[in-house]
Amino acid sequence: MANDAGKMKAYWKKNLKTLFFLLLIWFLVSFGFGILWVEELNTIRWGGFKLGFWFAQQGSIYAFVLLIFVYVYRMNKLDKEFDVNEE
Amino acid sequence: MDILTWTYILVGLSFTLYIGIAIWTRAGSTKEFYVAGGGVSPLANGMATAADWMSAASFISMAGIISFAGYDGSVYLMGWTGGYVLLALLLAPYLRKFGKFTVPDFVGDRYYSNTAKVVAVICALFISFTYVAGQMRGVGIVFSRYLEVPIEWGVVIGMCIVFFYAVLGGMKGITYTQVAQYCVLIFAYMVPAIFVSMQLTGNPVPQLGLGSELADGTALLDKLDGVLAELGFAEYTSGRKEMIDLFMITLALMVGTAGLPHVIVRFFTVPKVKDARLSAGYALAFIAILYTTAPAIAAFGIYNAINSTSEKEISSLPVWISNWQKTNLIAVDDKNGDGKVQYVADPETNELTIDRDIMVLASPEIAELPNWVVGLIAAGAMAAALSTAAGLLLVISTSVSRDLFKTFKPEISEKKELRIARLAAAGAVLLAGYFGVNPPGFVAQVVAFAFGLAAASFFPVIIMGIFSSRINKEGAIAGMISGLAFTLAYIIYFKFISPELNTAEYWWFGVSPEGIGSIGMFINFLVCIVVSQFTPAPPQSVQDMIQEIRIPRGAGKAVDH
Repeated sequence: MANDAGKMKAYWKKNLKTLFFLLLIWFLVSFGFGILWVEELNTIRWGGFKLGFWFAQQGSIYAFVLLIFVYVYRMNKLDKEFDVNEE
Repeated sequence: MDILTWTYILVGLSFTLYIGIAIWTRAGSTKEFYVAGGGVSPLANGMATAADWMSAASFISMAGIISFAGYDGSVYLMGWTGGYVLLALLLAPYLRKFGKFTVPDFVGDRYYSNTAKVVAVICALFISFTYVAGQMRGVGIVFSRYLEVPIEWGVVIGMCIVFFYAVLGGMKGITYTQVAQYCVLIFAYMVPAIFVSMQLTGNPVPQLGLGSELADGTALLDKLDGVLAELGFAEYTSGRKEMIDLFMITLALMVGTAGLPHVIVRFFTVPKVKDARLSAGYALAFIAILYTTAPAIAAFGIYNAINSTSEKEISSLPVWISNWQKTNLIAVDDKNGDGKVQYVADPETNELTIDRDIMVLASPEIAELPNWVVGLIAAGAMAAALSTAAGLLLVISTSVSRDLFKTFKPEISEKKELRIARLAAAGAVLLAGYFGVNPPGFVAQVVAFAFGLAAASFFPVIIMGIFSSRINKEGAIAGMISGLAFTLAYIIYFKFISPELNTAEYWWFGVSPEGIGSIGMFINFLVCIVVSQFTPAPPQSVQDMIQEIRIPRGAGKAVDH
């Protein structure tokens, strides 16, 4: 391995932090808004939708797609910053 | 031209295309056969993954399931998409860096044990076989319904097509055929959806149409809630299942998606770690197009079905209803003899039964679209069934030729290995075809459980193999076996031994057999961690390997031993 252990530890820690935040949002939009708090959110209207129902059948899926692209962007930046990106 | 002619033309054209691609992309090496040479672009791989993922069930049945389940149907929508987030963030980049061909490869190397590898192979075969038998049946049903041939012939024709490109082309042939199949299936799914949406709400985007107002000014979903409540059904937008059960089923489907071997293997086909991440994003975006349209088709379908039948004279029902009555997918039984249709929740007085598959299959006729659109739906359904079957067959053949044969006979030559892989693929096609013609009663029920089993067996050991360097082979083997055994036992007990007890009051913690894979997963994690604490840490070489897969740099194309 070309890089020293300390730097790799820092890279891994930052990676885990990114994962934690993105997975927190993943949990919130699906299990949170779509299941656990669906009834509370259903009291709010979003056009012709009840908000909780919208999250369960539409919103969560949009959020999932977005999350992966944010992850790709963040990781590409992180890889460059720590000089572990592929040529 | 009539529907049958159009169907023959469109299905025939699409098959010619697939076979042409298969000949053009014939695999010449094991590497091309297993992972398409590792040179597929992220965009093409994303499309292929989406086609591989969306089966005949997603295409034909999912919208209909949601029509009748309403809000509860959300578990499938979230469950079968959310898993890609886990896959992209927790698995795909690291497994790509690891750089071998299969999931058992990873399990065998990371847990430095052929026993662990064999356990993984058995899990992979078991999951893939239950899944592929269902697909073959789907191929047969689509054929028989649209081409008016017996189901058996449908299965045989489907087998020949899959045989041709899976056995010849391996992963390379499959990947490029799947790209074509994705285009066919998404086009076929969207065209009727767009027209029905326009017709009902005036909005051409079905995703927005779902939240729009009908011609009379009330929102579609509110109207649906009201109509269903009036007929004695539960409201469309509120749930009937217990929250804990919804939660667990969604979790099992998500984690199961991320643990399915035929999905994971797709990320071995791209050149770089960076591409594996991006490819997962593309795959989900392509999947999301269908998965956000499905709930719209579901609501449009049930609204149209009720609106055009409820309290209407039987003699003046629309033409599409009498058309589908011939196939027994819709049945009208005038129990009280008043000459009108009563569609109500009470089974004693209900006079209309609608098969869930109608919501997609009849959508072109409901929207009064030309006959070629019906043919298009047939071609799309075939594309969905064939692409999934081919992906699964590849996992089966790879498991046999590489994970079993090569592990115990490492000296076999490349050429011989390729021959064994092709033979295994051929054998798997025949076996799957056999189950398609003679479906054992349990297949349909078991397919849904493939997810629970994948969640309870693979997902935990792969995750911990990457994110912990302390987990050892004893922990992994014990974890996989206990997770799988628990989940299997629970499912078998409630589905086959005592199906009469399969109600919420007997379930553990109120979790149905569909969601039990989540509990199996926690058991796997727990056993794995505890056993690893009391047994020696993995050797230094494995510790180094874990450090190595955590950084992207240095990922060559997928390599052999």
